[in-house]
Amino acid sequence: MTRAIILFLGAMATLLFALIILIILPNAMLSKVKAPPGLKPYTQEELLGRQVYIRNGCVYCHSQQVRDPTFTTDVARGWGSRPSVPADYVYDKPHLLGTMRTGPDLINVGVRLPDAQWHLLHLYQPRALVPWSIMPPYPFLFEHKETATPDETVLTIPEAFGPKSGVVVVTDEAKALVAYLLALKRDYPVNAQAPVQPEGETGEGEGANK
Amino acid sequence: MAVEGSTRQENVVDNATRSGSVIDHSKVRVNVAQAARLDRSSRLPVLVGFTLAIIWLLEGTLLGDIASFKFDFPDFLGSQEYLTFGRVRPAHLNAMIYGWASSAMFAVSLWMMPRLCRTELRWPGIALGGIIVWNIGVYIGIILLLAGVTDGLEWLEMDNRMADPLLVIGAAMVGASIWRTLAARNVHHLYVSVWYVAASYPWLAIIFIAGNLPIFQGVESAAINWFYGHNALGLWLTTINLGLIYYLLPKIVGRPIYSYWLSLIGFWGLALFYSLNGMHHLIGGPMPSWMIATSITASILMVIPVVAVGINQHMTIAGRFGALRYSPALTFLVLAAMAYTAVSLQGILTALVNVNRVTHFTHWTIAHSHLGVYMFVTMSLFGGIYYILPRLIGREWPSANMIRAHFLLVGLGMVIYVVTLGGGGVMQGLRMLDPTLPFQASVEAAKPWLLTRSFAAVLISIGHVIFAAHALMLVMRGRSSVPEDPPFFFVRPVLVRNG
Repeated sequence: MTRAIILFLGAMATLLFALIILIILPNAMLSKVKAPPGLKPYTQEELLGRQVYIRNGCVYCHSQQVRDPTFTTDVARGWGSRPSVPADYVYDKPHLLGTMRTGPDLINVGVRLPDAQWHLLHLYQPRALVPWSIMPPYPFLFEHKETATPDETVLTIPEAFGPKSGVVVVTDEAKALVAYLLALKRDYPVNAQAPVQPEGETGEGEGANK
Repeated sequence: MAVEGSTRQENVVDNATRSGSVIDHSKVRVNVAQAARLDRSSRLPVLVGFTLAIIWLLEGTLLGDIASFKFDFPDFLGSQEYLTFGRVRPAHLNAMIYGWASSAMFAVSLWMMPRLCRTELRWPGIALGGIIVWNIGVYIGIILLLAGVTDGLEWLEMDNRMADPLLVIGAAMVGASIWRTLAARNVHHLYVSVWYVAASYPWLAIIFIAGNLPIFQGVESAAINWFYGHNALGLWLTTINLGLIYYLLPKIVGRPIYSYWLSLIGFWGLALFYSLNGMHHLIGGPMPSWMIATSITASILMVIPVVAVGINQHMTIAGRFGALRYSPALTFLVLAAMAYTAVSLQGILTALVNVNRVTHFTHWTIAHSHLGVYMFVTMSLFGGIYYILPRLIGREWPSANMIRAHFLLVGLGMVIYVVTLGGGGVMQGLRMLDPTLPFQASVEAAKPWLLTRSFAAVLISIGHVIFAAHALMLVMRGRSSVPEDPPFFFVRPVLVRNG
């Protein structure tokens, strides 16, 4: 090659090609995905909890997706009743699909483990409930005090894991995080065959609602 | 000041050979004084880039060590909000990618371009400013990350209001200097390293801006996340370092690149296929299956550019591996070149559904990324620094033994890291794939290999401290002192002539 302009245009053309195929075209298709009737938008508290989840990097050990059961055992393992579809994530920004399962998948943790007290103690010290766990503890989501005021929630901790004196109270952040975890339920039925509305079927009236 | 001898890429030519001339550049001998003048033109930004990079290397290493030990001792630093695993891990990644690797890559590209274009670096002040602005951005980004401010997307964590604009401006300033130098070149033909280096800057700008656009929701957010994540590796980290290897490998062994056509296939094949690979990070996930299929197909097609580059670089050095004894830079670069082939083939393998069903979501991925970003990218940058720094400072590296120690520690450490953690990841994945076993089995299966990884991390960290101390010794050593060991970088032995 002898011309810099050819280099520049060629390099831009290849990248633009990839951008169109992987981002721009799918974006046009996926923006037509609608929330399934069974999926509720996150509440304010759940959104705050989602922020706590993001801020503390839960995504680096926990995925939020049930993979295709034709070649994985995610469903058989009990992580969901069906594979995840794009519609399950319409309220997620940013996505938290994850790339690691150092810990278990969480997209249906609200179905599997619906007990808020369990989650609070597990966040405070995972090994108080799961001895073989390598999950970090999150004591900074709790407050250690001498006594709690009546409107504060005191965490019940097994002797070996709690502080010598005083009480551990649950902060709003911890409550919000648990609210978010309990909201992770993607067990409503969806039409997995057609998660994306096919091209041309968008009726004018329906499209106008978007 | 001594300058590498006459090799084909090194020729400094006069006006008669400006673009359009028919003079065969390979016949033009080097003019040492002019080569030194080219190096002087880029000296300050290159030295600043390397200095900042080495500081980042130490900081990133410390963050990586903390993250690694947290797997073995989950309560280690557990009460510190700022040092919880989910913050230290992305801080480690960002420190290494944007701090260490990118700063060093700015430096090597600014050093290469004047030599390859046979003209002085243009706008060196802007390039220097760009490196500094970029680094300020990375420091802001990582401090905020530890404080809990994150965009939440892997590889794109740094805050897109406070940190990311500085990164865009910084890279654009360095890129402007690169392209301005290219426009002012005194050569007709563009050497393969120029393709890689020059193209990387607009590529980085586009993917980084696209990746940080706050317009994506749901699975589209995942698509842009991995479009960016994979291309940051493929169109930035990989390309600058392939450019560096393409430049230094023939220079040190004193032979031209084996095949121009293989270089072309390697470059355009990478540009076309690598950019389509991203969705293989989401195999089995909730994306339209054609997107994932596209990326799997493109991943498999990567075999073409990878094998082309591998053959091209192998044939360039084949028969002259003896030169490794004289040049530690070459040793690091050859290892890096081999790792590029290895990590790419491993990546293709991992993109196959049969393999991915086991290895996805396991530590295999972490081992794979370290084979890429460390064994290839970091080793290549070490090779570049070993070659470039003495030429800019005008002194030889003080100690051959420190270089050997550095090489052995990081080389051995990384082999242990990749082999044990990769194997551990497979065992973890096989247990996770067996629904009759509890999840606990997959955690227990990985635990011993996470411990060997921490051991490897310690070896690598010691290597880094030795390397940084050695670089400091090189800079601090008085100009008058003469190395006790005869310098083996300026020894122009053996192999440097090919007609």
